[in-house]
Amino acid sequence: MSALLEVDDLRVTFGGTAAVRGISLTVEKGETHCLVGESGCGKSVTSLAVMGLLAKGGKREAARLSFAGDDIRDYDEKRMSRLRGDRMAMIFQEPMTSLNPAYTVGSQMTEVLRRHCGTPRAQAVDRAVELLTRVGITAPGLRLGQFPHQLSGGLRQRVMIAMALMCDPELLIADEPTTALDVTVQAQILRLLAELQKDLGLGILLITHDLGIVARVADRVSVMYAGEVVESAPTAELFRAPRHPYTRGLLSCVPVPGKVKRDEPLGSIPGVVPRIPPGFTGCAFRDRCGFAEAACTGTIPRRNVGPAHEMFCVLPEGVPA
Amino acid sequence: MSTVLQPAGASNRRRIWRNAGAILGVGIVGFITFVAIFAPWLAPYDPFTIDLGRRVIPPMWMEGGTPANILGTDQLGRDYLSRLIYGARVSMIIGVATIITSGIIGTFLGVMGGFYGGRVDDAVVFAITARLSIPVVLVALAVAGFSGGASFTMVILVLGLLLWDRFAVVARSTTMQIRNLDYVAAARCAGCSPMTVLFKEVLPNIATHLAVVATLEMALAILLEAALSFLGLGVPPPEPSWGLMISEAKEYMFFSPWIIMIPGIALFILVLGVNLLGDALRDMLGTDLSR
Amino acid sequence: MSTPAIEVRGLRREFRASQGLFAPPRRVVAVDDVSFSVPAGSVLGVVGESGCGKTTLARMILGLMEPSAGEVLVDGKRLEGMDRLARARLIQPVFQDPFSSLNPRRRVRDIIAMPLVAQGNVATSEIDRRVAESLERVGLSTEQGTRFPSQLSGGQRQRVAIARALVLRPRIVVCDEPTSALDVSVQAQILNLLAELRRDLGLTYLFISHNLAVVEHVASEVAVMYLGRIVERRESGALFRDPRHPYTRALLDSVLTPEPGLGVPDVGLGDIMPDPANIPPGCRFHPRCPACFAPCATTTPRITSLEDGLVECHLAG
Repeated sequence: MSALLEVDDLRVTFGGTAAVRGISLTVEKGETHCLVGESGCGKSVTSLAVMGLLAKGGKREAARLSFAGDDIRDYDEKRMSRLRGDRMAMIFQEPMTSLNPAYTVGSQMTEVLRRHCGTPRAQAVDRAVELLTRVGITAPGLRLGQFPHQLSGGLRQRVMIAMALMCDPELLIADEPTTALDVTVQAQILRLLAELQKDLGLGILLITHDLGIVARVADRVSVMYAGEVVESAPTAELFRAPRHPYTRGLLSCVPVPGKVKRDEPLGSIPGVVPRIPPGFTGCAFRDRCGFAEAACTGTIPRRNVGPAHEMFCVLPEGVPA
Repeated sequence: MSTVLQPAGASNRRRIWRNAGAILGVGIVGFITFVAIFAPWLAPYDPFTIDLGRRVIPPMWMEGGTPANILGTDQLGRDYLSRLIYGARVSMIIGVATIITSGIIGTFLGVMGGFYGGRVDDAVVFAITARLSIPVVLVALAVAGFSGGASFTMVILVLGLLLWDRFAVVARSTTMQIRNLDYVAAARCAGCSPMTVLFKEVLPNIATHLAVVATLEMALAILLEAALSFLGLGVPPPEPSWGLMISEAKEYMFFSPWIIMIPGIALFILVLGVNLLGDALRDMLGTDLSR
Repeated sequence: MSTPAIEVRGLRREFRASQGLFAPPRRVVAVDDVSFSVPAGSVLGVVGESGCGKTTLARMILGLMEPSAGEVLVDGKRLEGMDRLARARLIQPVFQDPFSSLNPRRRVRDIIAMPLVAQGNVATSEIDRRVAESLERVGLSTEQGTRFPSQLSGGQRQRVAIARALVLRPRIVVCDEPTSALDVSVQAQILNLLAELRRDLGLTYLFISHNLAVVEHVASEVAVMYLGRIVERRESGALFRDPRHPYTRALLDSVLTPEPGLGVPDVGLGDIMPDPANIPPGCRFHPRCPACFAPCATTTPRITSLEDGLVECHLAG
């Protein structure tokens, strides 16, 4: 059986600027795949490209882009839009921007169901109440009649999740779903997502910059840098034995209580993310890499360095452990 | 999301169109300013010389026209082109003088209200509301009545002292936004005086918004001057104002429509040019004040 | 005993939130009777969730906001009534958002020079020298000094903000979420820079953050704020080893360290959100507290002194 989402050699350009430069990933049913990287690495563009939601002027190419075995590369806007509401759903960082401030929570939730599945109103309301309860909202009846600005950030994100679940999607794409929230609320929302995934068998593509979130919720991780996936591995494997110099550098930057003593410097990556000119070849990280050599300007080989552990680097085994 | 760049194709075409508008706007306003400044050298005749023997001669391309008077003559036999050229002076002086006066008043009030907030702001908001409830034409009428007839200075004063509301509204709201930004807080922590903060941190960042408002107000002032002059409350005859020219020509408009169309078209082109300039400025700044 | 760099006594700040034209304004207490002192050369970390009053506290200590009650002493001198130039020489800020903390219409070197220019008695050559020194100190080139903020990356902008804060050689720097808007790799660079500057220049930091892992890394002492009160203030190591307030424990539990296999912790706080306009009676944390018992809903807990700090909880008494 094929995976829920399969992406092979996805490329996205905006008027000559390459935002995503050939990435491949799969999301299995019931699996959380995390795309992690710093701002500007192309992780959000990747998710929008998969959903067919690229901004005007964005061009998408892929060797393979399939959802539940169906090739969705040539789907027109109408079919994509049906698919988006129905079998794949998306939640964003700031729920306030994706909820319409002029309508109540209830009317927005039922609208989804009535438009996509043609469910009658009364049934749609029942479903909304059921889902709000499911995402841990007390007094769902009250919340249905409220407007988005009357809810706290955490509640809004719960509402967004409930809305995304209205039509029983198989794939959920979550773009920094907890970045705007307080830490305690973040933990609650992530727990909720994990629970829902277990109960409903959702496949989740989670986009984040936070390696802590990745470690705690992901089954598989792909690390992105400058529009490419530089390393991909099962979560435990990646954190145990990161092989790509960038992954290694990124992990050493994160302050962990009890790991680095106070006043001792954290690890850091020198320099800034480069601009990638058209026709660029080789490794985009080479200017900031402590292991760079002449071969880094050539084609970078894909290497298998462990069970289901891949990375792109000229070093045969990656960074020595 | 910082990687989502400006898309090419469609928006480039739009940008070119907008550029065309900007060039046209700058061209029109530049040309009319040039004409206004050099009016004495450009005008073929004196605009005040009356020749009752040569009344209402049509423009040279019409039947009965003569190359001696390119745009013909008016009801008193004055050269129409010369009057039009001098009329540009009136419009430009009124426009510029109005935005300077009203710009200073409005910016001062708006910045004070936005920066200090509280009671000061309440007073400024009240002043704006009060101003918005005063009809410009009625004030002009009252002033003309009290001062025994209209005059050039009176028009400038009435418009300048009344058209500051939009400056005040925009200055107030942009100042309020900037007042809460961290760079203003940093300047205060750096020990800058309130005046330094206002002049070095706030004003430079609202100046661009005010420039857009200035173009809108200038177009409005030019149109209002024409309207006031048409009603006899503006520039008094024999001064050649475009509004007054329309007013004086209205008895002839059924027999000689050109006599009313020529100043009308001039007015339209100038206001269009000023508005295009404003649009171009707004595009450059990426702000939309048309709400 | 030497004078503390910052001392705060009974500090309180109220806001009036308008509820429309005719309704009486609501009183929102953002900071409620807060007292502490920061010894010179140390780092006090202040943590708490949005709306806990940590930014209001910082603004009062910077002199940007008048306290409703209480007083702030900086280097032993009362902030109220202090000359603004003298204050600028003592205490300087670094703000969160490096995009809104730099005037977009000024060049980097003019931004950094501003505090010196404001002093009014510094010669131009001296200003140039000090600006160049500050730029170098934070790792920026002279060429970057001639640019506008929009031409720099987020991390470089934050370096400019730090250079501006240091150019007057202040004793104290208030850092309000200085790395929250930055990527992890840039955050590490800025944290390392701040640590290095503190060591070399003997600075005192008030370091505000919502990220406990960051605070643990930089702070010698940590204050945990909840709805305007400091509910626990301890030596940093002790707080992370053995938190005494249930809220501190919940905050620590919600830190997601990059350790796979642990899953997402259950912080057990329920879905009631703290509202500064509607502070619960008794212990203000009790509606969310997993360890709430009889007196919590009615009696305000007293401050209990521990050997390495303070805690405000009935359980600690």
